[in-house]
Amino acid sequence: MAKHETPLLDQLESGPWPSFVSDLKRQAEKKPECWDILGILELSYKDRITHWKHGGIVGVFGYGGGIVGRYADVPKLFPGVEHFHTIRVAQPSSKYYSTANLRQLMDLWEKHGSGMTNFHGSTGDIILLGTRTENLEPFFWDLTHDMGQDLGGSGSNLRTPANCVGQSRCEWSCYDTEEVCYHLTMHYQDEIHRPAFPYKFKFKFSGCPNDCVAAIARSDVSVIGTWRDNIRIDQAAVKEYVAGNYPPNGGAHSGRDWGKFDLQKEVIDLCPTECMWMEGDELKIDDKECTRCMHCINVMPRALRPGADQGASVCVGAKAPILDGAQFSTLIVPFMKVSKDNEFEELIEFIEGIWDWWMEVGKNRERVGETMQRVGLPTFLQVMGIDPIPQHVKEPRSNPYVFWKEEEVEGGFERDIVEFRAKHAA
Amino acid sequence: MGYDPTKPMEGRISDLGPPNYEQFFPPVIKANKGKWLWHEILQPGVLVHKSETGDEVYTVRCGTCRLVSVEYIREVCDIADKHCDGFLRFTTRNNVEFMVDSKEKVQPLLDTLAGLGNRFPVGGTGAGLTNIVHTQGWVHCHTPATDASGVVKAVMDELFEYFTSMKLPAQVRIALACCLNMCGAVHASDIAILGIHRKPPMIDHSRITGVCELPLAIASCPLGAVKPAKAEVDGKEIKTVKVNVERCMFCGNCYTMCPAMPLADPEGDGIAILVGGKVSNRISAPKFSKLVIPFLPNTTPRWPETVQAVKQILEAYAADAKKYERVGEWAERIGWEKFFEKCDIPFTMKSIDDYRLAYDTWRTTTQFKYTSHIK
Ligand code: HEM
Ligand code: HEM
Ligand code: HEM
Ligand code: SF4
Ligand code: SF4
Ligand code: SF4
Ligand code: SF4
Repeated sequence: MAKHETPLLDQLESGPWPSFVSDLKRQAEKKPECWDILGILELSYKDRITHWKHGGIVGVFGYGGGIVGRYADVPKLFPGVEHFHTIRVAQPSSKYYSTANLRQLMDLWEKHGSGMTNFHGSTGDIILLGTRTENLEPFFWDLTHDMGQDLGGSGSNLRTPANCVGQSRCEWSCYDTEEVCYHLTMHYQDEIHRPAFPYKFKFKFSGCPNDCVAAIARSDVSVIGTWRDNIRIDQAAVKEYVAGNYPPNGGAHSGRDWGKFDLQKEVIDLCPTECMWMEGDELKIDDKECTRCMHCINVMPRALRPGADQGASVCVGAKAPILDGAQFSTLIVPFMKVSKDNEFEELIEFIEGIWDWWMEVGKNRERVGETMQRVGLPTFLQVMGIDPIPQHVKEPRSNPYVFWKEEEVEGGFERDIVEFRAKHAA
Repeated sequence: MGYDPTKPMEGRISDLGPPNYEQFFPPVIKANKGKWLWHEILQPGVLVHKSETGDEVYTVRCGTCRLVSVEYIREVCDIADKHCDGFLRFTTRNNVEFMVDSKEKVQPLLDTLAGLGNRFPVGGTGAGLTNIVHTQGWVHCHTPATDASGVVKAVMDELFEYFTSMKLPAQVRIALACCLNMCGAVHASDIAILGIHRKPPMIDHSRITGVCELPLAIASCPLGAVKPAKAEVDGKEIKTVKVNVERCMFCGNCYTMCPAMPLADPEGDGIAILVGGKVSNRISAPKFSKLVIPFLPNTTPRWPETVQAVKQILEAYAADAKKYERVGEWAERIGWEKFFEKCDIPFTMKSIDDYRLAYDTWRTTTQFKYTSHIK
């Protein structure tokens, strides 16, 4: 039996999309505190403001993060959510699961928590939504002892890294996104669990420039797969596309009649660098001019493949608007080999180069992208020991407000006005 | 034995990290990792990947509401046990994917899913609409200006046919954040729904001394609107802050730092709509989303104004854009003045940037189109 009237939320049970309200009600039959989740949410729908108190600092011994504390501002009305802390649990790379693993985790959560979850948080973690402070340690004990699993990150530290599905189920992945994500997560356990940074820091790994995990928009270090040799062309398959035997874009547009596939119009004319052409019935690409945008490969997955000399571009500094406005990551290393053979040494060295500098100069709650803006890209490249190249900019600056260091200018900055006046009277 | 609160550090295990992903690979994935040759979308929600070994894996993608129960996850497990040797995965947009290793196994899986009412809608592939990346809302966060789960449900109900079909010019990514911390993907989505406030924070002088570090609250403001001040509480002078209301644009960041500066308000709060962002590098570079509708009210429980606005934009785009063109590419090609006209959205002063690098967004050319805006 429902514990509270929820006339507003009840209206979200109809319609074709799966209803979180129906799901909550089903769970409430087994976990009565879910009635209070519905109750407090209904109150928010009525009052049109949140009913969670500000902040809340809770956790487990030994860790500085992983749990987001939360308390209801109307605990008397809804005692089931008086404490309603969220636990972030570290997810496996690409979010593959066995049912055995998931069932065990669900049993634990039924025992220690509300029975509600988020699959998954935007950073990647499994989010276990709602439990009391006294349950945190017993849950953590069972999670580590019975399941061999750990918490994710929160606070001013390295957050839980995430990756696209990569080589496990995508033909375009230019490095093993799953392995590097797992390896670096293990390598940096201390940085994840014990906040030691000026602010949060995130890694994301996409296998190619389609960027299915949105690394360039959602991570401080964005590793995006690419190649540096030629796109691999299967001319016989190109002919099949032209003949209409293979669907363009893997059939992604099959719900509408866009006419017969037109290679010239749909691929050659849309290439951003105009580096493709037909020679007789052969497709040609001037790979020196190609910017590896993925369009032609996306349209003809059976005829075109990324090159074989693969690696990743590494970009730095993406963040949401607070404080200084939203940023995408900026290209810093155009091509880096990302290989397990050397334990991802080059990438690790790069990351630690950023941390060594940022942990010292980053202001309180300043994302690395903001620090880069404050000191300027030239200074950032210098501290990283990276030579400037045209690829670092979309375009050269247009204002002439250029800094020169004294040692770069003949004769230095010390001058004598008397000497100047000898040649140039006032 | 279990956790002993009298000896908290005894027997403690830490720094384990996530479980290794490989143990969760379905056998066909394990055997063919790194060997995939090509893929095809057989029908909305169903993909096939072909390996150089000749193996195939068929994937069925289903929408989820992300906020899900233990019971629901067990239902997912039942499906995976019955059809997929006990394996499954979730996507980066919170869809769930079931994989089988032969074509014959696809239809029985689809039949099972169809038998579970509306809980497992199949779709989210190709040039359609996929799941809405969203946030906590009134279910768990203290700084939201709107709800997340409810708005998402209302929008997906209305646009459901686009989830289960592939008839758009390109894939459309919708995202929602309930405040401008923008947890997630709002700043780089085709259509973004963003919770906003419109009233400056109130200051709780009687509590501020105990709960805030004043310099942090002052430094938290992007516009320098928070200043140190003095106030009298119970006849005693205390240190507090004041907000220069003229400079405040209601971002709420001071409240994030200082619990004594709440700003939520039923009439003031609502939703802004941004459009034209993307993250992929396909054809054009990644783009930020741009603000086109400054405010829509929080009309619980189904937000009809927001649903209508999103639908209007999606349909104007679907009718007008070229094949492969994302919303942002379309808007830039036709010009934003045409975008506003075609989507029938009134243009207001609020869409004109006045923050720091604003000048770059003004029109410093005589190239424009005559639209209904020019009287
Ligand atoms: C108390 C306040 C906050 C709460 C409760 C909160 C909650 C969350 C949650 C639950 C997630 C998903 C986490 C995960 O997947 O592990 C998230 C992600 C995120 N948060 Fe927050 N957040 C808060 C404050 C902030 C602030 C102050 C900012 C920025 C200034 C911020 C920016 C983000 C961003 C950009 C993401 C998404 C990262 C991604 O897409 O990978 N959040 N937040
Ligand atoms: C950093 C600051 C400056 C900027 C960004 C700047 C920018 C420009 C630009 C864009 C033009 C070309 C205008 C056009 O052809 O349409 C120009 C021309 C000119 N500027 Fe400046 N200027 C700067 C400083 C100065 C200063 C300090 C002076 C004189 C003391 C100066 C004197 C001139 C003159 C005389 C021209 C015309 C040159 C000609 O004959 O083509 N400018 N400036
Ligand atoms: C046509 C070829 C494409 C293929 C085969 C492909 C492959 C995939 C795969 C395997 C996923 C699931 C990834 C994961 O959850 O980890 C995915 C998701 C995604 N892809 Fe792609 N991708 C393609 C094109 C693109 C393009 C062109 C973009 C962006 C413009 C893009 C953006 C995304 C996003 C945002 C997701 C998350 C979707 C979801 O989980 O529902 N993809 N893609
Ligand atoms: S980012 Fe590229 S490699 Fe990764 S899943 Fe997407 S298309 Fe595949
Ligand atoms: S990847 Fe992009 S730039 Fe390169 S040839 Fe193909 S369409 Fe042109
Ligand atoms: S977007 Fe804002 S309100 Fe929503 S969950 Fe994130 S911090 Fe909370
Ligand atoms: S709401 Fe934002 S702009 Fe207003 S005073 Fe607070 S931090 Fe400053």
